[in-house]
Amino acid sequence: MNPVVNDFSVRIATPNGTGSQTSNIVIHRALLRMGLAANAKNLFPSNIAGLPTWYQIRVSPGGWQTMAESWQILLPLNQATIGKDLRESAPGTVVIDNSDWKTADSAFEGFVRYPVPFDKLARGIDNAKLRPRLKNLIYVGVVAWLLDIPIKAVREALETVFPGKTEVVDLNESAAMIGHEYASENFTKQDPYTTESADQVGNRILVDGNEAAALGAIWGGVSVVAWYPITPASSLAENLEKHIEKIRDKDSDGANRFVVVQAEDELAAVGMALGAGWAGARSMTSTSGPGISLMAENLGLGYFTEIPTVIYDVQRVGPSTGLPTRTQQSDMLQVAFHSHGDTRFPMLLPANPGEAFSMSCQAYDLAEKYQTPVVFMSDLDLGMNNWICDPLEEPSTDFDRGKIASDEVIARLEKWGRYRDVDGDGIPYRTIPGVTLHPDAAHLTRGSGHDEDANYSESPEVYSRNLDRIARKISGMVVDLPEPILKPGQGDMGLIAFGTTDWAVEEALADMESTPDYLRVRSFPFHQQVGEFLENHESVMVIEQNQQGQMAQLLAMEYPQLAGRIVSKTYYGGLPLSANFVREALQSASEVEAR
Amino acid sequence: MSEEKAPAVNQLGLSKADYKAGASTMCKGCGHDRISEAIIQACYDLGVDGRSVIKMSGIGCSSKTPAYFLGQSMGLNSTHGRMPSFATGAHLANLDMNPIGVSGDGDSASIGMGQFVHMIRRNPKMVYIVENNGVYGLTKGQFSATADRRSPSKRGKFPREESIDLCGLALELGAPFVARSFSGDKKQLVPILKAAFSFDGLAFIDVISPCVTFNNHEGSTKSYTHQKEHGVTYHDPFFIAPKEQIDIEYEDGELQEVTLHDGSKLVLRKLEKDHNPAEISSARSMLMETRDRGEILTGLIHVDTEQPSLAEVSGLSREPLVRQEQGDLRPAAGVLQGINDSFRI
Ligand SMILES: Cc1ncc(C[n+]2csc(CCOP(=O)(O)OP(=O)(O)O)c2C)c(N)n1
Ligand code: SF4
Ligand SMILES: [Mg+2]
Repeated sequence: MNPVVNDFSVRIATPNGTGSQTSNIVIHRALLRMGLAANAKNLFPSNIAGLPTWYQIRVSPGGWQTMAESWQILLPLNQATIGKDLRESAPGTVVIDNSDWKTADSAFEGFVRYPVPFDKLARGIDNAKLRPRLKNLIYVGVVAWLLDIPIKAVREALETVFPGKTEVVDLNESAAMIGHEYASENFTKQDPYTTESADQVGNRILVDGNEAAALGAIWGGVSVVAWYPITPASSLAENLEKHIEKIRDKDSDGANRFVVVQAEDELAAVGMALGAGWAGARSMTSTSGPGISLMAENLGLGYFTEIPTVIYDVQRVGPSTGLPTRTQQSDMLQVAFHSHGDTRFPMLLPANPGEAFSMSCQAYDLAEKYQTPVVFMSDLDLGMNNWICDPLEEPSTDFDRGKIASDEVIARLEKWGRYRDVDGDGIPYRTIPGVTLHPDAAHLTRGSGHDEDANYSESPEVYSRNLDRIARKISGMVVDLPEPILKPGQGDMGLIAFGTTDWAVEEALADMESTPDYLRVRSFPFHQQVGEFLENHESVMVIEQNQQGQMAQLLAMEYPQLAGRIVSKTYYGGLPLSANFVREALQSASEVEAR
Repeated sequence: MSEEKAPAVNQLGLSKADYKAGASTMCKGCGHDRISEAIIQACYDLGVDGRSVIKMSGIGCSSKTPAYFLGQSMGLNSTHGRMPSFATGAHLANLDMNPIGVSGDGDSASIGMGQFVHMIRRNPKMVYIVENNGVYGLTKGQFSATADRRSPSKRGKFPREESIDLCGLALELGAPFVARSFSGDKKQLVPILKAAFSFDGLAFIDVISPCVTFNNHEGSTKSYTHQKEHGVTYHDPFFIAPKEQIDIEYEDGELQEVTLHDGSKLVLRKLEKDHNPAEISSARSMLMETRDRGEILTGLIHVDTEQPSLAEVSGLSREPLVRQEQGDLRPAAGVLQGINDSFRI
């Protein structure tokens, strides 16, 4: 049997809330310690304890960060799902099961089985109080034996999970050793899967998109944060608070140069963010689909009255509560034209933590420069899963606070008015209450029709002119929005994707002989290159994670004359997109062409 | 040209006209206009620099009024019922500014009830005025949640639901400053507004403000006549600015003093009954008793100068956030390096 080195997925099924998460992370981290760019996806339920959860760790020669559709090693350690877990596994799968459950032998037919009496072994853990939690570490030891993961790597992983707590590390390690010893004494290796240390990681780091975005916000200078808890967005605001308390300099009295408010709901959260933006502070709120829906009316006010703020939408599966712990890119159309009336919101579309950091940081400049709410469109997969990525990069530009109507500016301008298009770019000069003191500066910001001087107006001409100027301003943003990234292929066919879909696309394209030209869109409104890309390809496949092909629809709306070229391929089951889905989609397209 | 008398000016050298703004578009006689006048008077007397005030409102006739007072102040007319959140955000962004929130009974007691409630829990420093007329003026006279069951509409229909007493609710929620007044009683409203401006926390004032177009008819409990006949108060308020020396003639035990955060005082001259607004139990029972008698209690109902404000509990810098610059906000070079290191595998 030829060994299969560093190329497999391990799927671990456990009940939620039993402490198995620590064990899973330890396995993942131990592989990372070996220099392997292992990826882990946490498929968790919307539940605190009891419901099934799966954790899938993948090691691949390419160090891919996507989830594979199949797995080679299964730990069906949830009695409620063991039947299903086994049925879903391919013949030949390596199975490490709990032999104390007396599952019928027939269930394991066709698999390579390593039965472990986990319950009995757990009795060997001295610490009775911690036994239920430590019990999970036994399977870490078995997996380490199976895959030849050095105990040293397991220990190092434990040290990162429990930093500075040697005693806890010792306890956990000895629990893991129970499994390791049992396996080495009782099993002979019957499967090919194994690991070897490698240098797949290099200088790279491991971080999730929410934490990276939170850090980006701090570097972007956010000072008023208002949010309401919701999966998968909560950890963004929570991480922000955790970091900003440590790294934002205090004032000379030791007081905070920021404030974080947990609002009563998302209407209030976005209201506070907009209120702070109106007053002149850099502000943000973070949420997911249900919260974005609630923010609609206030965001319309922000658009029409031209208030800067940043909204983070960590998308999850809708509609309604949908699958709240699963991933999707399904708020695209809603956000693009959020609120009643004619609006158009700039969207940033990060695909990885590096971009989550840089785009989040940039969002504050964009919001202030263009005086509009800017929406950062992430998703659960990016936000809550850990990714190996390049180190976060210090921003290369200084704050751009845009056009501020300071007293000097007002004195200089012949006639200042809050909504006057002085420079012909649609961007007016905004005031900061209490800072702009010029007697002409005072005005009332209102969501009702207003003229160039912010006075109430119902004039059809004034209203249309104002709305057109705002639309022009938003279109003009493209010069500052992240450009699409083109990866040339053989040029016959085009492929468009955005956000986390990128990982699956990149992996699929890597092993294809003839690849399409691939354009990754990174913002809305679209850059000119996007239209040109459609023009230059007879057929352009748009792959995305929602049912209705929302990006495809946006493209068709923006480029109606080219809409016929768009082929929409969608996945919306809520799992992280696999490279296989992309391969099959491209396959089907080339078959259609061949016919 | 005849010789004009120089207009009276306040300590900033500003005339009363400097505190006015655009011409009102309210119906003639609308209670809301009287409240705007009282705000102008209070700010003029206090010598408030209009540029240190931000006027925040929701949606409704009442919420339109910031366009008609303090023309030197900036303001934000937000969405229906959401003034509290916009005001909270603006306040936190710049602690130097003094927010005046103007809302209606529809705006605060129905669609914005959640924000009203949580605003009180949070206790930001601001004046929160509900211009209470028992109806939705702007949408043409539907009952609001403060309409009394026994108060018929113009067409003779009665509300089917129990009314909400915003002062009672505010007390229940622990509001540190609860007052009620009447737009027809400037003598009371102006000193209460001044005290509210001087208060470091949420100063809530429910102002009965008759809607002459939809709710000023006979039988209405929010009409001018009804308030004049059934309004009761337990003291006359006098406002004394810091350092101001005013001698009030009084008999022993007749006066109560409330010292506010900026050193100013609200002196209350007792009328018929003893009511100490510093005592929550007294405030509660006064409110209940008068309500049971079909009376409407006005005046300073409750005050608690000890409650910490939102800015205080947030440990927020006194230097306004809007004045913080890149050097204050962006972590120093090298910090990101340390964070990257912590993410190393
Ligand atoms: C979300 C929303 N729903 C409904 C309305 C319509 N609307 C405008 S003002 C108003 C009621 C205002 O009543 P109140 O706050 O008591 O103010 P008043 O006009 O009586 O001063 C309503 C329902 C709106 N503007 N927004
Ligand atoms: S409708 Fe009523 S509340 Fe509105 S302006 Fe007229 S009188 Fe005032
Ligand atoms: Mg009303």
